[in-house]
Amino acid sequence: MGKNSLIGGSIWEEYSQKVQDLMNNPKNMGELTEEDAKNMGGKLVVADFGAESCGDAVRLYWIVDEATEMIKAAKFKSFGCGTAIASSDTMAELCIGKTVSEAVKITNIDVEKAMRDNPDIPAVPPQKMHCSVMAYDVIKAAAASFKGVDAASFEDEIIVCECARVSLGTIKEVIRLNNLTTVEEITNYTKAGAFCKSCVKPGGHEEKEYYLVDILRDTRAEMEHDRLLAISNAQIEGHSSVNFDDLTVVKKFQQIEAAIDENIRPMLVMDGGNLEILDIKEGDDKVTDVYIRYLGACSGCASSSTGTLFAIESVLQEKLSKNIRILPI
Amino acid sequence: MRVYLDNNATTIVDPKVFAEMVPYFCQMYGNPNSLHQFGSESHPALRAAMDQLYTGINANDEDDIVITSCATESNNWVIKSIYNDTILHGDKNHIITSEVEHPAVGASCKFLESLGVKVTYLPVNSDGVINIEDLKNAITDKTALVSIMWANNETGMLFPIEEIGAICKERGVLFHTDAVQAIGKIPVDVQKANVDFLSFSAHKFHGPKGVGGLYIRNGQALSPFFHGGEHMGGRRSGTLNVAGIVGMGKAMELAVEALDFEKNNVRRLRDKLEDALLQIPETFVVGTKEQRVPNTILISVKGIEGEAMLWDLNQNGIGASTGSACASEALESNPVMEAIGAEADLAHTALRLSLSRFTTDEEIDFAIEVIQKAVVRLRAISSTYAYAPEWHVSKL
Repeated sequence: MGKNSLIGGSIWEEYSQKVQDLMNNPKNMGELTEEDAKNMGGKLVVADFGAESCGDAVRLYWIVDEATEMIKAAKFKSFGCGTAIASSDTMAELCIGKTVSEAVKITNIDVEKAMRDNPDIPAVPPQKMHCSVMAYDVIKAAAASFKGVDAASFEDEIIVCECARVSLGTIKEVIRLNNLTTVEEITNYTKAGAFCKSCVKPGGHEEKEYYLVDILRDTRAEMEHDRLLAISNAQIEGHSSVNFDDLTVVKKFQQIEAAIDENIRPMLVMDGGNLEILDIKEGDDKVTDVYIRYLGACSGCASSSTGTLFAIESVLQEKLSKNIRILPI
Repeated sequence: MRVYLDNNATTIVDPKVFAEMVPYFCQMYGNPNSLHQFGSESHPALRAAMDQLYTGINANDEDDIVITSCATESNNWVIKSIYNDTILHGDKNHIITSEVEHPAVGASCKFLESLGVKVTYLPVNSDGVINIEDLKNAITDKTALVSIMWANNETGMLFPIEEIGAICKERGVLFHTDAVQAIGKIPVDVQKANVDFLSFSAHKFHGPKGVGGLYIRNGQALSPFFHGGEHMGGRRSGTLNVAGIVGMGKAMELAVEALDFEKNNVRRLRDKLEDALLQIPETFVVGTKEQRVPNTILISVKGIEGEAMLWDLNQNGIGASTGSACASEALESNPVMEAIGAEADLAHTALRLSLSRFTTDEEIDFAIEVIQKAVVRLRAISSTYAYAPEWHVSKL
């Protein structure tokens, strides 16, 4: 939110002049036929992507030189809004003169950048970025048709945000490395979800296989799992590489109980006393409050609130953490 | 030439309305609630405006027409105060509305659903109108409110308000109608229609933006939406929008005077435009001409995405609308097209053209010419009509 989002702007005002010109006069709009292919000495390739029911559809025609795999001509037809027409036109333009293998490397971001007036100002507003994604997808479909393979074979990683071309691996990595906790943070770090927003959560413009909300939740769960695993591994191996203060309450209880068993109880029992841990509470200031009750001879002993108490506290502080406080009840 | 065919979105302020409003900005600017002459000098005009509003919708003097900021406020007020008054601490828990309401009603109902209220969204037929039997079957003794629009903003289709009013009266259920798209287009009579609440907005009938109203039947309780003062008899707080109220009163008077003109002349131009556009192959209009307000056309032009059409029209100086697709941030298809069960392929092809009493013959002739040309250009680009060799398996 903020000033610019309060009065809804016209998205048309955010189109670059190039986009507007292409909408009005697309250069590569049209069809290529078998006869055109024969005349140019190449193979006709026709590929479709999208659907009218989704609001965007494009058909791409290529004539490809079979010996060199060079795209000699490209034309398109498009059902869609003006930016879909402009993106398709730019996509067709970028294909011409490239080999099929080179063409599949054209991304939606290349298409969008080619439509900029100023290299630093996006050619279309964020919610229109998906129009250029469709242009990218139809190239893969055409290449797949030409090579007789599946379009998915051109994709070597899972793309979550197609508008910004951010992969699942990248998103999980930034969540882990930067300890991200919100989708907005993911968007700020990667641009994923900044454009058509379909990948943010279910119910957007397009149905997706992966959503940022799910990736965040699952990655956070994995991180928590890894953290707990590290703690328990550290305990099994017996070294104290994990800080007491970072342990869960249950683990803290176990460690305090173990330290008392080893260092304190034997002395108390010799005098006919004992203690039990009633509760453990974690304060905001990292202090762990341990509530105890003296049993047997200790319960009436004068030193239970002075010398004995200081002894117990200092043993636990030394063995486990300075942030432990003992509160006898 | 600039042609405005988006009068269901908003309308030009009638210059006669504007003239009435002018003195209440720099001359009679006092707060009408003040005791001094600066305050009281606007009272005659305010009273006259209220008379114009009461006459305009045939309200009784015992009824209330509470001035609000817009119909969105009026709709929110009714729905949320019914929740506060009869659902939150009462034994009712159910609201009935339709699938094609304006978001001011639809989203308010969705919000109440999140608070645990049961909402029935009545479906519409292929003409975009509810089935009256569905309404009868939906009403239970738990139903607190029926909220059904008088005329749909996208299609212009009229709902059977008198019948709905009679049913609600018989079943003892409160009835609210959003009449935003009806006032100024067809006669609106709150007595005949048996409504308990009716929302309207000045800017849809050649009045100013930022002022609307809520009709409340005589003695009907409805807790305030705005607290803070004794304005509007304590029903709606906030300093009176004097110029706005004066303008809305005049706009109502002019709109009611122009109803015959609307029925005959606006309708003639609308039909001329519609008949010409339907000559284009593979087009259809939602609903019959008789069942619609006289100014609206929702037409589907196969193969042309709505925003692309708007772009071409705008390039030629024509302002129209599509409730669909890429034009909005959410990029969804036209919800009304989906609700009427149009083929999925056509959900993004809706174009709404809405006229007013200011639309001229020349403008319609120009619009017909421009739209015909746009269809030729955009269908030439469209993949819907694209060549494919026999061996190509279409995935479109």
